[in-house]
Amino acid sequence: MEAVSAAQIIFIVVALLTVATTFLVVTVRNLIHAALWLVATLFGIAVIFVLLDAGFMATVQIVLYIGAIAILIVFAVMLTRRVMQDVGPQSNENWWLGTIVAAVFFAAISTLLWSIRWPALPGAVVGDTVLALGRSLVDPNQYVIPFEVASVMLIIALIGSITLALPGKQSE
Amino acid sequence: MIPTTYYLALSAILFSIGVIGVLVRRNAIVIFMSIELMLNSANLAFVAFAREFGTLDGQLMVFFVMTVAAAEVAVGLALIVAIFRSKASIDVDAVNLLKG
Amino acid sequence: MSPVIGIVIEAIIKSALMVFVLATAFAYLTLAERKIAAFVQVRKGPNRVGPWGLMQPAADGIKLLFKEEMVPAGADKVLFFLAPILTMIPAMVIMAVVPIGPDVELFGRSIRLGISDLNVGMLYILSVASVAVYGIVLAGWSSANKYSLLGGLRASAQMISYEIALGLSIIGPIILAGTMSLQGIITAQQQSTWYVLWQPVGALVFFLAGLAEVNRAPFDMPEAEQELTAGYFTEYSGMKFSLFFMGEYIKMVAVCAIATTLFLGGYLGPYVEQLPWLGILYFTIKTTALLFLMIWIRLTLPRLRYDQLMAFGWKVLLPLALANVVVTATATVLLG
Repeated sequence: MEAVSAAQIIFIVVALLTVATTFLVVTVRNLIHAALWLVATLFGIAVIFVLLDAGFMATVQIVLYIGAIAILIVFAVMLTRRVMQDVGPQSNENWWLGTIVAAVFFAAISTLLWSIRWPALPGAVVGDTVLALGRSLVDPNQYVIPFEVASVMLIIALIGSITLALPGKQSE
Repeated sequence: MIPTTYYLALSAILFSIGVIGVLVRRNAIVIFMSIELMLNSANLAFVAFAREFGTLDGQLMVFFVMTVAAAEVAVGLALIVAIFRSKASIDVDAVNLLKG
Repeated sequence: MSPVIGIVIEAIIKSALMVFVLATAFAYLTLAERKIAAFVQVRKGPNRVGPWGLMQPAADGIKLLFKEEMVPAGADKVLFFLAPILTMIPAMVIMAVVPIGPDVELFGRSIRLGISDLNVGMLYILSVASVAVYGIVLAGWSSANKYSLLGGLRASAQMISYEIALGLSIIGPIILAGTMSLQGIITAQQQSTWYVLWQPVGALVFFLAGLAEVNRAPFDMPEAEQELTAGYFTEYSGMKFSLFFMGEYIKMVAVCAIATTLFLGGYLGPYVEQLPWLGILYFTIKTTALLFLMIWIRLTLPRLRYDQLMAFGWKVLLPLALANVVVTATATVLLG
C-alpha cells in the first residue's frame, strides 16, 4: 500500500464534489441554483485540469466557461424568469427510458474503461505549453485550418444569434 | 500520480449524468446545461489523454470544443429566448408545432 | 528554518499586508472622493470628524457596523448572503499578481514587492475579472426586487460587453513585451519606454473599459440612482452593503494599479534602481493620479443612456481595440 499523495487526496475530494454538483445541476428545480451548481462543476473541472498539468486550459476554462458561457446561461434564466414559478412536473413522461439509456451507456463505457490498460507512455516534456499551443494553432502542418474554420463558425454563430434576437420578426 | 483511468471514469460519470439531464428534464435551459456538462466531460477526457500520451493535441481539441460550446451557447440561448417570447414557456414539450 | 516555511510565512505576511493596504485605500478613497466632489461643487465636504475630516471613514465604518441587517421577505437567503462575498473576493485577489515595487533586500533575503509573479499573470487577471460579475448578478437576482433585478441584468450585460474590449486592449502590451507576466511587462518597459506612448489607443480603451467594468460614472447604469434607486444593492444594508461598497472601490484601485503596470511603467521612475523602495512611492503616485482621473470623470460627465452605453461598447470600443491589436501585431512583425 503506497502512501496517498496530496494530489490524490485533492483529486478524490474534487471528483466527489464535482459529481455531486453535476447531479444537482440536473435535479434541482430552481434554475438559478442549477446554473450556479453548473458553475461549481465547471470550477471543479478546472481544478482537475490543474492536476493534469494543464494550467493554461484551466485558466481558459474559467475565463470562457465560467466567465462567458455560464454567465450567459444565468442571463437567459433571468430573462425567462417567469419559469421559476413553474410548479409542474420537471421531467417528461419517458424519464424511465432516459434513465435506462444513460445507465446502459454508463455500464458500456465503464466496461470499456476497465478492460483497457492504458500503456504508460513516456510523456514528452513540453516546455512552454502556452507557446507550444500557440505555435500549433498557426502551424500549416497542424491546426491552422481547423483554427480558421472555428473562427468562421464563430462569426456564423454571431450573425445567427443576432438574427434570432432581432425584434419584430416574429409578428410578420 | 493518479492513473488516467480515474480521470476517464470521472469523465464517464459526468457524461452519463449529462445524458440523464438531456433525456429526462423538460426545461430547455436545464437540457442546455446538461449539454454543457457533456462537452465538459469530453474536455476532461481530452486533457487526460493529452497527459497520458504526452502531446498537446488533446488540449488543442479542447480549444475547439470550447469554441463550439461558445457558438452553441450564443445560438442556443437566442433560440430559447425567442421560444420564450412566443410561447411564454421554455418547456421543450410545449414546442410541438412546426409553425409555432 | 527551512526555505519552504520561509516562503509560506512571507506569502502570508504579504497577503495580510495587501488586504490591509487595500482596506485602507478603500477607506481613504471614499473620503478623497467626497473631498474632491466638495471641491468641484464649491462645498466644504466632510470636516467634522478629526482634522480635515480624516477620521470620517472610521466613523462611517462604525456606523455601518451597527446598522440593522435587513433581508427582504422573498429573498433567496443563501445567495443574498453569498453575493457581497463573491463581489469582494475577486476585487481583493486580483491584486495578487501586480508588482508594486522591484525586489528588495530585507532580513538577508530578496523579497518581491508583490504577492506573486505568475507567468500567465494577465490571464489570471482576466479570469478573476470574469468571475467578478457573479456577485453583482446574484445580488440583483436574490433580492426579489425589480430594481435589483434590472440592475443585475444591466450589470451582467455591461460587464460581459466591456470585458471583451478590456481583454483585447491588454493584448497590445503583451505583444510588445512578449510575455504575460506583469513583472516581465514592467521589465520590458524599462528597456523601451512607458507603453502609453506606444499604445495610446490601447491605454484609452483599457481605461474606458475598466471604468465600465467597475460600474463607475459615466458607465454606472447598473446602479443609476434616478432610475433604479440603487440597482443591484437596493435591498442591502449594514455590513453587506459596505462589502459591495468596498468591492467597488477596491476594484477601482485594482483597475488603476493594473493600468499603471501595463501602460505607465508600474513602479519605474528615476533612481529606482539605486533605491528599490522608491518603486512603491512611484507606483502609489501613478495609481493615485489615475484614481483622481476616475473621480474627476465621475464629477464631470453625465451618465450615459443604456442603449448609448451598449452602442459605445460594441460599436466604438470593440472595433478600436481590435484595430489596435491588428496594427500592433503587424507593426511588431514588420519592424521586428
